Amino acid sequence: MSDNNKEILLEMRDVRIDGYSDDRWHEIIKGVDLTLRRGEILGLIGESGAGKSTLGLAAMGFARPGCKISSGSIKFDGMELTDMSEKDQRNLRGSRICYVAQSAAASFNPAHRLLEQTVEATVQYKLQSENDAKQDARALYKDLQLPDPENIGDRYPHQVSGGQLQRVMTAMAMSSRPDLIIFDEPTTALDVTTQVEVLAAMREIVEKFNTAAIYITHDLAVVAQMADTIKVLRYGETVEDAPTRAMLSDPQEDYTKSLWAVRSIEKQAAPSDDIVLEVRGVDASYGGSVKVLRDVNIKVPRGRTVAVVGESGSGKSTTARSITGLLPPSKGEILFNGQPLPAALKNRTKEQLQRIQMIYQMADTAMNPRHTVRDIIGRPLQFYLGLSGTALDRKVLDLLQLIELDESFMDRLPAELSGGQKQRICIARALAAEPELIICDEVTSALDQIVQEGILKLLLRLQEELGITYIFITHDIATVRAISDEIVVMFQGKVIEQGSKEAIMAPPYPEYTELLLSSVPEMDPDWLTNLLAQRAS
Amino acid sequence: MSDSNNNQSTNYTAAGEVTLVKARRSFLENLIRTLKSAPPTAWFGMVVIAAYLFVALFAPLLAPHGEAEVFPLAYAPWSDEFILGTDALGRDVFSRLIYGARNTIGIAVATTLLAFIIGGSLGVIAAISRNWMDQVLSRFVDVLMAIPSLIFALMLLSIFGANAINLIFIIAVLDATRVFRLTRAVALNVVVMDYVEAARLRGEGLGWVMRKEILPNIMPPLVAEFGLRFCFVFLTIAALSFLGVGIQPPTADWGSMVRENAGLIQFAEYDLTAALTPMIPAAAIALLTVAVNFVVDWFLHKTSGLRDE
Repeated sequence: MSDNNKEILLEMRDVRIDGYSDDRWHEIIKGVDLTLRRGEILGLIGESGAGKSTLGLAAMGFARPGCKISSGSIKFDGMELTDMSEKDQRNLRGSRICYVAQSAAASFNPAHRLLEQTVEATVQYKLQSENDAKQDARALYKDLQLPDPENIGDRYPHQVSGGQLQRVMTAMAMSSRPDLIIFDEPTTALDVTTQVEVLAAMREIVEKFNTAAIYITHDLAVVAQMADTIKVLRYGETVEDAPTRAMLSDPQEDYTKSLWAVRSIEKQAAPSDDIVLEVRGVDASYGGSVKVLRDVNIKVPRGRTVAVVGESGSGKSTTARSITGLLPPSKGEILFNGQPLPAALKNRTKEQLQRIQMIYQMADTAMNPRHTVRDIIGRPLQFYLGLSGTALDRKVLDLLQLIELDESFMDRLPAELSGGQKQRICIARALAAEPELIICDEVTSALDQIVQEGILKLLLRLQEELGITYIFITHDIATVRAISDEIVVMFQGKVIEQGSKEAIMAPPYPEYTELLLSSVPEMDPDWLTNLLAQRAS
Repeated sequence: MSDSNNNQSTNYTAAGEVTLVKARRSFLENLIRTLKSAPPTAWFGMVVIAAYLFVALFAPLLAPHGEAEVFPLAYAPWSDEFILGTDALGRDVFSRLIYGARNTIGIAVATTLLAFIIGGSLGVIAAISRNWMDQVLSRFVDVLMAIPSLIFALMLLSIFGANAINLIFIIAVLDATRVFRLTRAVALNVVVMDYVEAARLRGEGLGWVMRKEILPNIMPPLVAEFGLRFCFVFLTIAALSFLGVGIQPPTADWGSMVRENAGLIQFAEYDLTAALTPMIPAAAIALLTVAVNFVVDWFLHKTSGLRDE
């Protein structure tokens, strides 16, 4: 442990939390201990459903509706939170313990200016006069490296970017100079390039005011930059507890090792000259005159994976929409097996539609919630191949086995599947059409590391067995390393580079590629420090 | 978040991923569970509706006299033979009340169904297409809705002639405007979902997308609206009958029964039962409307996801 002589700020002993579902109480947190000293940052990591957020909220003595803290002790600065009245607890929250939520956009009131919201709690608790608090907030904006710190507070939440909003939220939490801040996945929704800035700003300000923090995330590389100690959580229990450096260099448990599993997949890139799809000089725009795509040229070799990378708004998904015909290009053409494809979806033949399938980022919304797995996978079989009756059932079962699920899934509804299983069903639906090309739009970005690894391995295996070509849209470089043969880098609607994985991933890089690659967090606690030093020089 | 995975090794299997799977129940079991949780008001509503349906279905067996059977005694008082007396032409009021249930409810159900078929399908089409078709339909509906519907219905019925078929069609078309608005609004939320896009990418036709992808997801608000619409249609038919352009004699219906016997109210100071005679069909209309609304409220509450706790 780093400094054992520092005063203990938060101490949780054998905390148990129950959640109510399906007409009974389940234990979500099964006796977790946690100690946090002043000025220390604790990283809380684990996959979704591990109980990270529930535990984080419990540090404030709070349980979500439908949950209750059933036993254990939570001591904050010597006070027992579980015995405290609701009113006393409320007085602590927002003044001495603050919370930074994952989605800043959803947490701000769109009808009020940022500055008013930043100082709201501070003024309400009469910690500072309104003017002083506003002055202080502007200073915090400056510390957090927000542009134009004097005036940015006069804007409304929709007038700033996601990364800026997340920093304003940190300022809001900081405004009352709390002893403890709980960060709940604050950078998960951000691009890698933005994430770096937000991480750096957060770390600096927490250090400056010597605030203790609990940092909740599922990304080990991110937590390595922030935390002094790391706690790995699974199924509501502690798996492993260690100082950051020790955890990274020498993880004790298999489960901890599996958390960076995706980063361990390496695919041998194989070049190929047999082009299955070619995008030639495509321009596209949504209705108006603003072009979203400008002169996009992409070649996709058969049986290989082309990864399209870039930050949000770079035109990755729009390119996919042009290829599928959902957004007909205003200029240029798309060749499939050497034949030009009709631009608009409605002019394409059933055969052409069958050959190109798509898998979406959000498997939740990509499946009709009222259809069973049998209907979802069965429909393309019925529609393209004309199967019915027992032949249809048998084929659905084959496909389920292909994606490593079994017949017990046949009659489930999407709501009864986990995130990874949903994405597998979407893959099976695409496979059912027997396509040559599958466009994968950020298919793993909503999933946990270990589930991501499973999905990526499945996709690689299917490619090997069935010779399918993938266009893989992603902003995650680790995924790109794992799966791609070729890489296309996009920026502001243009293709910056296309080439083999080795060529793109090796220097010299064009400026943007360099920024993108260098922003990907690495499993090295000094990575952020080094990067910032390097960029400053 | 199950608790059976404590000892699971880190060997990852997709099928082993933890999820909550709801217990499979048969339709009957589900029905019983749902009914058990129904509040007393909903029970009251369901019992009343069931009683009305029973009366409507078995009218010829229940009624002591024929629907249009004329007796020599006009305005007979309440008695053992004529439980609620007779009307101006000497027809048994009680029998006509029973037959009236059949006619009034039957026509109201048919009208509401037709209104939903027209309004619902056009609403979904408008939501899917979002182009000139949407504009044309929506503006046409605005025009129809701008004219007070009772007056519009009166006018159309005078032009085309007042018979049951015209009545059904005219009220259905006028009411379909409201259904169209609702369907379009809820369908718009579903149309933007990825699974609808996936269906279009697959090359599915309009009919499939409407029936299989969109309709199941907009059913709850539509069913609730069906109950409410039914009440309004029912009242409109009664009002039109009262005004004399609805269901034509000798067919019995509650609206015209109120009108035919309305004059009896002035005799209240001499014979209270006589004054009650026109009130009874009116009360029958009111009771059914209240009952349907109770059931609809419960259904809306269930499907909206609003909970009291």
